[in-house]
Amino acid sequence: MTVPNGTPHLNLDDELDLSDIEAKYHVALDDSLDNVIVVDGVPVIDRSKLDKLLTKISKEFTKKGAALKPESIFVPWDNALGKSKGYIFVDAGSADAATYAINAMHGHPFDLKHTFLVNRFSDIEQYGNMDETYVEPKMEEFHSKEHLRAWLADAQGRDQYVTYRGDDVEIHWHGKPSQCEVAYTKKNWTELYASWSPLGTYFATLFRQGVRLWGGPSWEPRQRFAHPLVKLIDFSPCENYLVTWSHDPITVSPTLPQGPEYFSPEDEGNNIAVWDVKSGQLLRTFPTSLFESEDPSVKKQMQWPAFKWSADDKYVARVTPGQQISVYELPSMGLHDKKSLKIEGVFDFEWCPHGDKDRDDSDKVAKTDKPKKARENMLAYWTPEVANQPARVTLLEFPSRRILRQKNLFNVTECKLYWQNHGDFLCVKVDRHTKTKKSIFCNLEIFPVREKDFPVEVVELKDTVTDFSWEPKGERFAIVSSSDPNLGNPAPGITIKTDISFYQLDRTKNDFRLLRTLASRTSNTIRWSPRGRHVVLATVGSSTKSELEFWDLDFNSEERREGQTAEWGTGIQQLGSADHYGVTDVEWDPSGRYLATSASAWRHTLENGYAIWDFRGQELEKHVLDRFKQFIWRPRPRTLLTKEQQRQIRRNLKEYSRTFDEEDAVEESNVSAELIAHRKRLVDEWNAWRVRCRRDIADEKGGKGKRPEHVGGEEAKEVIEEWIDEVIEQIEEVVE
Amino acid sequence: MQVRGSDHRRRRRRWFQDKRRPRFLSTVTRDRAGWSRVFDEGQPNRPILLQGHERSLTQIKFNAEGDLLFSCSKDHIMNVWFSHNGERLGTYDGHNGTVWTIDIDSQSRFLVSGSADNQLRLWNVSNGKCLYVWEFPTAVKRVAFSDDDEKVVCITEQRMGHQGAIRVFRLNRDGDGTDQSLEPEYMFHPVGSKATVCAFTYTPNVILTGHESGKVALFDVTSGTEILNNERAHMDSVTDLQLSGDRTYFVTSSKDKTARLHDTKTLRVLKTYSTETPLNSAALAPNKPYVLLGGGQEAMQVTTTSARQGKFETRFWHMVFEEEVGRVKGHFGPVNTIAVHPAGTCFASGSEDGFVRVHHFEESYFRGKPYGDLEIDD
Repeated sequence: MTVPNGTPHLNLDDELDLSDIEAKYHVALDDSLDNVIVVDGVPVIDRSKLDKLLTKISKEFTKKGAALKPESIFVPWDNALGKSKGYIFVDAGSADAATYAINAMHGHPFDLKHTFLVNRFSDIEQYGNMDETYVEPKMEEFHSKEHLRAWLADAQGRDQYVTYRGDDVEIHWHGKPSQCEVAYTKKNWTELYASWSPLGTYFATLFRQGVRLWGGPSWEPRQRFAHPLVKLIDFSPCENYLVTWSHDPITVSPTLPQGPEYFSPEDEGNNIAVWDVKSGQLLRTFPTSLFESEDPSVKKQMQWPAFKWSADDKYVARVTPGQQISVYELPSMGLHDKKSLKIEGVFDFEWCPHGDKDRDDSDKVAKTDKPKKARENMLAYWTPEVANQPARVTLLEFPSRRILRQKNLFNVTECKLYWQNHGDFLCVKVDRHTKTKKSIFCNLEIFPVREKDFPVEVVELKDTVTDFSWEPKGERFAIVSSSDPNLGNPAPGITIKTDISFYQLDRTKNDFRLLRTLASRTSNTIRWSPRGRHVVLATVGSSTKSELEFWDLDFNSEERREGQTAEWGTGIQQLGSADHYGVTDVEWDPSGRYLATSASAWRHTLENGYAIWDFRGQELEKHVLDRFKQFIWRPRPRTLLTKEQQRQIRRNLKEYSRTFDEEDAVEESNVSAELIAHRKRLVDEWNAWRVRCRRDIADEKGGKGKRPEHVGGEEAKEVIEEWIDEVIEQIEEVVE
Repeated sequence: MQVRGSDHRRRRRRWFQDKRRPRFLSTVTRDRAGWSRVFDEGQPNRPILLQGHERSLTQIKFNAEGDLLFSCSKDHIMNVWFSHNGERLGTYDGHNGTVWTIDIDSQSRFLVSGSADNQLRLWNVSNGKCLYVWEFPTAVKRVAFSDDDEKVVCITEQRMGHQGAIRVFRLNRDGDGTDQSLEPEYMFHPVGSKATVCAFTYTPNVILTGHESGKVALFDVTSGTEILNNERAHMDSVTDLQLSGDRTYFVTSSKDKTARLHDTKTLRVLKTYSTETPLNSAALAPNKPYVLLGGGQEAMQVTTTSARQGKFETRFWHMVFEEEVGRVKGHFGPVNTIAVHPAGTCFASGSEDGFVRVHHFEESYFRGKPYGDLEIDD
């Protein structure tokens, strides 16, 4: 038995405190009057008609399903007139029955003249006794909040990143070596993982209770979304909305607080919730799949993000494989046009992203209300081959639902849709099989979306393409292809040989041509710099190889500007190569100056940690940290500078860089001076301690000890050289 | 002592007869009598690979002059080598189980060894004869001589219902060494976490112990009482403990992936060296402010990892600045034990792979001043 406060077992009988048990097993007696209802609008009668009336009333009630006995009705009398007062009290037996009776009988026409008005007795009491003096509501004092984009105003132009290791979440500044510092750190800031919103405004952490968003320079809590046991989250591109998913269906317990921020009973059993980020309100919930699969044995993995957002946050859509795409409008979250896009066999779709130009256009439209229309949203989807129908890729305009382009494809095993990040091109990677279905090869169908009628360009390849990546803002793409027989049956220790190829749009012919192929590599991951031009090829997830290759695709771009047209494919140059053992993640910083590689403990436990490289492949930092889990750069929003301003800066780059160079030089000398002073201090501390130690030992020992004192290398050394002759073979030869 | 090959015998005799103990410079490059030394002739400071053990090394030790290197291993054998050329001088045969530990007195006269066959043995260094055998209920995990060579401390394991014990024997150094007393001078059972390593301090009758829980403690052997402890010295089992030349500070290594430098008197942690792998051994380099660390993935996981990811290098850390200075590769199993020559001219590492590597420092090691003109007290 546990004793409260650890008091010893003394006077157990006297001092036994049973209040907690009493409180626990206390039976609450229902002494409220919730079971009593007041029925108004009853005919005024005298005593002779009482019985008849009561029978009639109870019959009326019973007819509507609220069974009632005449005895439970109390009729108040006006004794002076000898008549009833025109209202009655009814004991409905329980609060639930009372509620039912109110819903059923309120506004019930008793006869031509009389209509029942039914209310709860407790309500009448409450509103009868209400204090009706007006109290002016107090104005809530205004607290200014910190600016959510304060980090962009950093004087040194640094970027931030977050690391998650063990239970510690740290936010770091990253700039020049001397400017790197920890901006904020917090233990147990998240229970699962951390995430940035797509423009870097918010920092999201996941807890058992739900998601929390943080922001501003002091990382105050900004918003919370109570989705218990949330596992996955996804922000909309303009970070207005958030989608959360939990494996456990939503249950609503009566103790849960109510309000627009919380789940209500109709959300029960759903897994996905859509929230408004700014208000924190719940918009709508959904089950994981709209239609149960017919064959329960086929367990398909859930696709995440389950909901795909259009680039302007106006629409969100999800696909029901094989049946339809459902598009919801925001902020109402109602099904657009009240019907889904029924597409037989639809497999997957992608929204077209918006480029800078599209955003400028839509901003202009919003400001001036000009008739010139901004580009409409567009989505691409594909359907596989069914019976006699070929597989098909379709471009659809939304919300007009106009089909812009359709292309039929044959012998298709699988399609993947890749939009270029400014929405200029769509590449459909088509895995095709030969007639025998034994081998697979690949076609790239490229739709130049900005051109009239979308003339489709096809790049045919003999090998299987495992990864495809567009250059951001660019007209180039890189692919990883492989003809390795081990492809498709991964085994530990096997690293698949791959080829990397770069393609570029040839403006004169308007088709994509091979720039260069890098043969027999092991790289399986392509990471373009967010500014384009630079690309890193990495071998990720292999136990034996972990190479990083840094490439520049416009190496001689300066020369080219001077007039001569560069030869095709000569601009490609390897800047450097490096190795980060056990790398699991490769990520560019938003400025395209640095690359971070990390080895996460979620994948393996060997040599976890992270490293930061510059774009040439020079290692700047490397931290090997036990239980290291996550590294994410903080994204940056789109630049606020106009095109003209950007051009201005580029023109005066030399001016700026001079001041930067000066700053660098000053800093460098400071750093080394600091380090030397620090070391000097350490050595002085150590030497002082050693002197103290010696004195102590001399006092204590008093010259004891037989161990010979070692006197450096002074002792005489004798070198004995030994020559050993060994007879290996003896051959007797007769010399003539 | 078993010696194979006549050449060895001749040299052995001369070495022990000659009081001056000459250092040999051998030009022998051919492997003789089946025992091999591997080194490049052209290299002035070749790493020497000692291949005399068939199973993983458990401890290696230099003698006081540093000309001899003693090694013991799980294959029941102990070897003694010339440290300058890696030639094997002989073996000490007799143990019937893994030899966990070894120590040599300062005169290179006696050798003590502790083994999994529950025996503590005293050997004559020069002729390989076993002088005395103490028998215990459990395995001997660690032995160490005292500063004055008069005493030996040993740790026996806590197992099979027997408590772990620390015993201190007084050696009779007179005569041929076979006349030893069976009973220990002092014996006690440390309570709490079991002791894994121990050594004598500069104070007579006070020993240092490292424990499985990560504790480091000072014991008075006469009474068996704990004088001082640091419960949080490490977060996991202490794997090695080596003292500085004057025994005023010591370095410990631990499974918690760190090595730490402690003050012997106060047990205060002076420095911490954090690595990314469990450590099996840590040693101090005399005359240079370096700490040598060795370890690697757990022996159990070794077969599933490549040498690269196993981290089987010997790491050099700056003792005062707590910075990694460099690494020496070579082993293809975890490094179990490291020893540095008492004059600081070479170091040896013994590994799970069954090899001992002896590396002689190059000239640049002694001349180089990577941290500028800072005089650091040894």
